Amino acid sequence: MLFGEIFRLAFASLTANKLRSSLTVLGIAVGVFSVIGVMTLINGMRSSIETGLNVLGANSFQITKFPPINFSDPWTRFRNRRDINSPQAERFKELMGDAAKVNLQINRNGLTVNVRERKTNPNVRLWGTDENYVTAFNFDVALGRNLGAEDVEHGRPVCLLGDEVVQKVFPDEDALGKLIRIGGQNYTVVGVLASKGTAFGGSPDNIVLTPITRFLAVYGRSWRSIGLNVQAPSQAELAETQERAIGMMRLVRGLAPEDANDFEVFSNESLIEAFNNIADIVAAGALIISAIALLASGVGVMNIMLVSVTERTKEIGIRKSIGAKKINILMQFLAEAVALSLIGGLVGVAFGVGGGNLVAFLMNTEITFPWLWTGIGLGVCGGIGVVFGLYPAWKAASLDPIEALRYE
Amino acid sequence: MIPPSATAHAGPRVTRPPGALVIEIEDVTKLYKMGAETIHALRGVTLKIHRNEYLAIMGPSGSGKSTLMNMLGCLDTPTAGRYEFNRKNVATMLDDELADIRNREIGFVFQTFNLLPRSDALHNVELPLIYAGLGKAGRIEKAQRALVNVGLGERMGHKPNELSGGQRQRVAIARALVNDPSIILADEPTGNLDSKTGEEIMALFEQLYAQGNTIIVVTHEEDIARHARRIVRLRDGLIESDRAVE
Ligand SMILES: Nc1ncnc2c1ncn2[C@@H]1O[C@H](COP(=O)(O)OP(=O)(O)OP(=O)(O)O)[C@@H](O)[C@H]1O
Ligand SMILES: [Mg+2]
Repeated sequence: MLFGEIFRLAFASLTANKLRSSLTVLGIAVGVFSVIGVMTLINGMRSSIETGLNVLGANSFQITKFPPINFSDPWTRFRNRRDINSPQAERFKELMGDAAKVNLQINRNGLTVNVRERKTNPNVRLWGTDENYVTAFNFDVALGRNLGAEDVEHGRPVCLLGDEVVQKVFPDEDALGKLIRIGGQNYTVVGVLASKGTAFGGSPDNIVLTPITRFLAVYGRSWRSIGLNVQAPSQAELAETQERAIGMMRLVRGLAPEDANDFEVFSNESLIEAFNNIADIVAAGALIISAIALLASGVGVMNIMLVSVTERTKEIGIRKSIGAKKINILMQFLAEAVALSLIGGLVGVAFGVGGGNLVAFLMNTEITFPWLWTGIGLGVCGGIGVVFGLYPAWKAASLDPIEALRYE
Repeated sequence: MIPPSATAHAGPRVTRPPGALVIEIEDVTKLYKMGAETIHALRGVTLKIHRNEYLAIMGPSGSGKSTLMNMLGCLDTPTAGRYEFNRKNVATMLDDELADIRNREIGFVFQTFNLLPRSDALHNVELPLIYAGLGKAGRIEKAQRALVNVGLGERMGHKPNELSGGQRQRVAIARALVNDPSIILADEPTGNLDSKTGEEIMALFEQLYAQGNTIIVVTHEEDIARHARRIVRLRDGLIESDRAVE
């Protein structure tokens, strides 16, 4: 009996019991869905975190009040920390002097930019920052000028627009010198950033930069902690610069020698590492859930196959009476079990990749296809079909021909 | 063994001389244990059948005809006694060898047809060829020819429930014949059919016999049995008589 013949037969009998087959398929699909979905999402997040962080440059690190990713420590450990306020940040920048470029940054998301009757979607990120933002994030100023030290000093109501914002509100006119409104405040456009044009969703270009002093004046100083981006002159001097930055920061914060740091210092690598740690835990969780779900649905496959064998005892008798060998019957039922679980696997992969990427899309991360996990998932499904289909198939193959024929 | 008589019916009735010994059973018994009770379906049956024979097995209900037939067809195994098919002891054969005999040597026709209900006539007839390992094109061609031979050329796409009883039995016969078996076993092939349709089926067997097949038919109807050249009568699991048809 040929392979194609066996599978044609399997599909014919699966479609003969559509509802029952679909329910079993669903069980498998759920198991595969959870692992593929999570893996897709993690893959997407990982690649966009990696590309996103690479933009920061290999010789920079960040100092913030809260860790960017935290999984191991209780929130209370960070909650009572003092904010990094404006005087501290300014002082820190001053103390670092020429040893490193320090960029102060604070942001607010979900804003709308208005220019007369035109406006953007309420998803623009406004950065209160300084002249070093552009180099810190590897932007180029396409038109006009960068923020300057005097802008920050005097809290001038000026701004630089990201490319996406320009496309929206100044589609066919020169933005320089024009006024824009954000939340009832006017800003004069002094510069336009070149598009980074990476990733979809447009987040890197959907920004407006304004002096941090202006930002704080508009949105208030309390309950705000400023982020500090520090760029060492070279990668070789990164460790040394980091040492120095920690020392200066402790000084600025007035910490006694026995006090622990009340701020976080992290670089690209430590971020990626932290993310990977969490991703590994989430992945392990998804794997365990999937394993349990697949085990349960494997039992479901076995159950359905046992029912199918019993129901089709007469058919088995007929087949044996006209010369079907044990192996023929065994393969017939095994193929059915494998087909059932593979279809479940394919459905699970389709929904997992679709669902995972949908979430990834909503989170503005990259769309990916987890080839490895798809392969593993389908392989495991095939294995489940074989393992849980073997006993029912063996039972069918071992039926006594005459007993089976007599079965009503 | 009593050789079939050359004298026969009026009409174009030919009796072919017997060929090689193909079935030999000796002192075969079959017991069924039903709880504390033991049913003796066969109590020691000895029988030789040669190629080119046309044999009818008769007897009252419960006398063991079907039990004997299933054994001859390698579907069932005796509790005791020896069964040699083509001079080879069946008891020593593996399951797959028996499957092979059922597939290639024997065509079995059941009283209740035993067709696959969800498959059309063509696929039902094709089935033995699938297990014989024939390719698709060859299978279709042979199955179609077998169906045409039993007069069902127009009904190949019909499922069993779209066919009359007589037509279903013809499909079953086509299936039994499709792999060119040398022996045809039929357990009450006309039992579920009216007498006219029954006669048509028997005419088909007559034709097959004339073409060189060995035929064994179980029946409890004298009219049907008269088509055979030799009649074996069973009673209570024993052979009561075994003689040629006058
Ligand atoms: N699977 C079985 N389990 C128990 N007893 C059985 C079984 N099959 C047959 N028998 C018994 O064996 C005896 C012979 O049965 P068998 O079917 O061979 O009779 P038969 O001659 O074919 O009868 P009929 O003409 O009614 O078909 C009967 O008494 C029957 O009850
Ligand atoms: Mg019977």
